[in-house]
Amino acid sequence: MALQKNVLFACGTGIATSTLVSHAVTEAMKERGININSTQCKATEVRSMLNGVDLVVSTTQLPTDLGVPVITTLAFLTGVGKADVLDKIEATLRG
Amino acid sequence: MSQSLAGQIKRDAIVTRVDAASGEEVIRLLAARLEKLGYVRPSFADAVLAREARMPTGLPMGRDSNVAVPHTDPEHVVKPGIALATLSHPVDFANMEDPEESVPVGLVFMLALNDKDKQIEMLQQIMLTIQDETLSQKLLDAGTADELLALLDGAQQGEQ
Repeated sequence: MALQKNVLFACGTGIATSTLVSHAVTEAMKERGININSTQCKATEVRSMLNGVDLVVSTTQLPTDLGVPVITTLAFLTGVGKADVLDKIEATLRG
Repeated sequence: MSQSLAGQIKRDAIVTRVDAASGEEVIRLLAARLEKLGYVRPSFADAVLAREARMPTGLPMGRDSNVAVPHTDPEHVVKPGIALATLSHPVDFANMEDPEESVPVGLVFMLALNDKDKQIEMLQQIMLTIQDETLSQKLLDAGTADELLALLDGAQQGEQ
């Protein structure tokens, strides 16, 4: 059975770049056998959205003391370093 | 259904070879176009600038001339749309990932978004466009809005 993980996607507005990243990561992880339950929010709302979250993926800087793993990346926007980031996300979710 | 990016950008929302001194100048120019075309409210430009100051949208593509995607919250948007500027010389935007760092930007896609689920395809097309370095350079070299639209249209057909 595929692994189920809760991932919170954050960006400045909670609707633009986090939407792109959410779609890209959810698709890629499905191929790697991980089902992602995705939620999105603004970077400023992250702290109130962490209940049950396994990983936060953000396109913008977040506080460092959230207590859950955070990966900040532009790879799904720029295309630069995408494979590496996907490996890192998979490793964090399986870890 | 897949819709070409060219089909979603109005000619009047495109400004080519802009000689701008700052990111703010480009943002105000594009916001004024979107407002005139009925996509955004008068509050949009200031809201984009305020957001840019706190959470910038410069995307380092690893090139001499990079990309920015300024946008803001849905309450300033009337209906979804895009405005596009190419700059005759890059101006600095702050890096989305690290606001302390600046990114020289020559291609500015201003986004008017109000629903995350309906605009995913448009966003994906913009990202595919900017990730194509050859196409990005052609867009920068285009002299007119029509040339630029033709490039976007051709790129879309090429993918299918």
